[in-house]
Amino acid sequence: MSEAILKVEDLKKYYPIKGGLLQRVVSQVKAVDGVSFEVKQGSTFGLVGESGCGKTTVGRTLLRLHENNGGKVIFDNKDVFALSNKELRAIRPELQIIFQDPYSSLSPKMPVGEIIGEAVREHKLVPEKELRNYVMQIMRECGLQEHHIDRYPHEFSGGQRQRICIARAVALKPKVIICDEPVSALDVSVQAQIINLLMDLQKERGLSYVFISHDLSVVEHISDEVGVMYLGNLVEKGPKKEIFKNPMHPYTKSLFSAIPTPDPTVKMNRIVLEGDIPSPANPPSGCKFHTRCQNCMKICKNVAPEYKNYGNDHFVACHLYDK
Amino acid sequence: MFKKTALQKEAKKRMKEISKTNRAIVKKFEAEKKRKDVPESEYKTEMKNPHNILEIDNLHTYFYTDMGIVKSVNGVTLEIPQGKTVALVGESGCGKSVTSLSIMKLVSAPAGQITDGQIRYNRPTGPIDIVKTPISQMQDIRGNEISMIFQEPMTSLNPVFRIGAQIDEAIMLHRIDIKKADVKKQTIKMLELVGIARAEGIYNSFPHELSGGMRQRVMIAMSLCCNPRLIIADEPTTALDVTIQAQVLDLLRDLKTKIDASILLITHDLGVVAEMADYVVVMYAGRIAEQGTAHDVFLHPKHPYTMGLIKSKPVVNQEVDRLYSIPGQVPNPVNLPEHCFFKDRCDKCIAACNGAIPELLQIGNTHKVACHLYDNEKEV
Repeated sequence: MSEAILKVEDLKKYYPIKGGLLQRVVSQVKAVDGVSFEVKQGSTFGLVGESGCGKTTVGRTLLRLHENNGGKVIFDNKDVFALSNKELRAIRPELQIIFQDPYSSLSPKMPVGEIIGEAVREHKLVPEKELRNYVMQIMRECGLQEHHIDRYPHEFSGGQRQRICIARAVALKPKVIICDEPVSALDVSVQAQIINLLMDLQKERGLSYVFISHDLSVVEHISDEVGVMYLGNLVEKGPKKEIFKNPMHPYTKSLFSAIPTPDPTVKMNRIVLEGDIPSPANPPSGCKFHTRCQNCMKICKNVAPEYKNYGNDHFVACHLYDK
Repeated sequence: MFKKTALQKEAKKRMKEISKTNRAIVKKFEAEKKRKDVPESEYKTEMKNPHNILEIDNLHTYFYTDMGIVKSVNGVTLEIPQGKTVALVGESGCGKSVTSLSIMKLVSAPAGQITDGQIRYNRPTGPIDIVKTPISQMQDIRGNEISMIFQEPMTSLNPVFRIGAQIDEAIMLHRIDIKKADVKKQTIKMLELVGIARAEGIYNSFPHELSGGMRQRVMIAMSLCCNPRLIIADEPTTALDVTIQAQVLDLLRDLKTKIDASILLITHDLGVVAEMADYVVVMYAGRIAEQGTAHDVFLHPKHPYTMGLIKSKPVVNQEVDRLYSIPGQVPNPVNLPEHCFFKDRCDKCIAACNGAIPELLQIGNTHKVACHLYDNEKEV
């Protein structure tokens, strides 16, 4: 196996809740509470979970868009959180992000060429004279027409805007791209186009992705490894095939059973979870999932389960498999 | 720099002309709508099949904008049998939502107008044509007999009123049989019906205190509080997580059998459709591409667009190297071509496709498709 390009170790991110007259910190929302995973060179790590489970926070903290509250992120043998501002700036082009909503993540006042080329110019990746040609070449690679270089974002459809976002990230010759729900705002037919584009770019440029999504079928299609998050923790992690063929954690099982299949003859055998995801400001004791778990045992209410390897790099945190 | 080019001037002039003619057309429609004392005979009609709750016949809903006429719904014909679920599928902008708004007569006037067609609704007091029904009559039907669940529970609840007050209002307006003192009891009963555990507590909370799934439940409770005969669910689960989506779908299915209502489900998620629907209608650019039972459409899709849609969705536990994607984009709704709207994106295009726009063909007992590929397969 090739080497890990991005290593996340026990990442933590807490948000303070302020209250009272003096706005003192009264408690904390543990948005990400000890997440570890690795992304191998040229592969895709898929991160799945319900909204509010901390997937996006992981993505943003990785890039140091938020400061962390513990843990390490090793990118290319450098500790991202130990870097000085100057050093951080040097690795910024190599770690890029694509946001969920292509409508709000593009400046409406900038033409496309400027959106894609701005960061390239700032980081002096390409001489000023060749910049326009370089941008055109990137646009072509991302399936945009070159003569659109002077148009503004509002002239494009949702799918094309997402292509612009991808072009903006790719133009900096990154090594890792964090894709934060890049297709959830798009129609099915456009979704397929964008996923194909991402996979083509990966092949051509040897990119590595952290692919954040709540759509399990998309994650299965694009990922090599998958991590399932629940309330700030990874509850299950492993190679895609392991996870999808043999889900072990009750949460993963219920997630999979909830996916509707486009086949009317298949009668679903659903595990419907009761209730909503608990508030991360006040997570349940013991295993965080025990309030909604069907296989809940006594031990689950008091003791947080350990994260164990059950063969083939299949990690699960659940008391069911303690023996 | 601020001088307008000749081209811009020309465009501005054209826009003015369009808006002038539009105003004249819209004025006529509005005058027709605002007439008082419309005789009942004018909107009474007959159902084609008395077992249907709703029949839409050749519906046209146009938007008269300054850029030109947008033909959002362009000849849609479908029927909803009593107690069944009909799903309307298509990409965004294909006219699914406008169809549903037309049924409620909620298309945003004056720009949007139902220009042609019939929407026959099987009222207990006798079938009526919704298109011709005056607004005063519609108010008795909306919410009471036909109710709607809107897409975004975040924006369709009023943030400054408590949940209870918002449901109370609907009951007080429509249920004359319930005394004022009993309204709260009914509201709490409804909240319990949709599976909200702490109904009393929720009654007194504000929308922002609830999660997305809870808000959607509140919306469903609100739409069910008058025992509607037809529920229009406009993307009821699009904004929700899979686990919550499963809860809401289960709930809808349960309730449908409990109160024997029919559902018109509007969505772009084919998985949801396969699970919920008895009949499926696939829309593309304001027209119906294919319709039939869920079996027909999913197991034997005929229209290239339907096939593309089904193929482009990755399915869990089925591996493919590369996803199929339909090339190109939806045509501009202002400037629709004269030939089949799907021709430019179709990979099965034949010579006939350059000709007239294909009509819906009956190719099976329940299965209809609008495609020239099947011109010779007409049912004998």
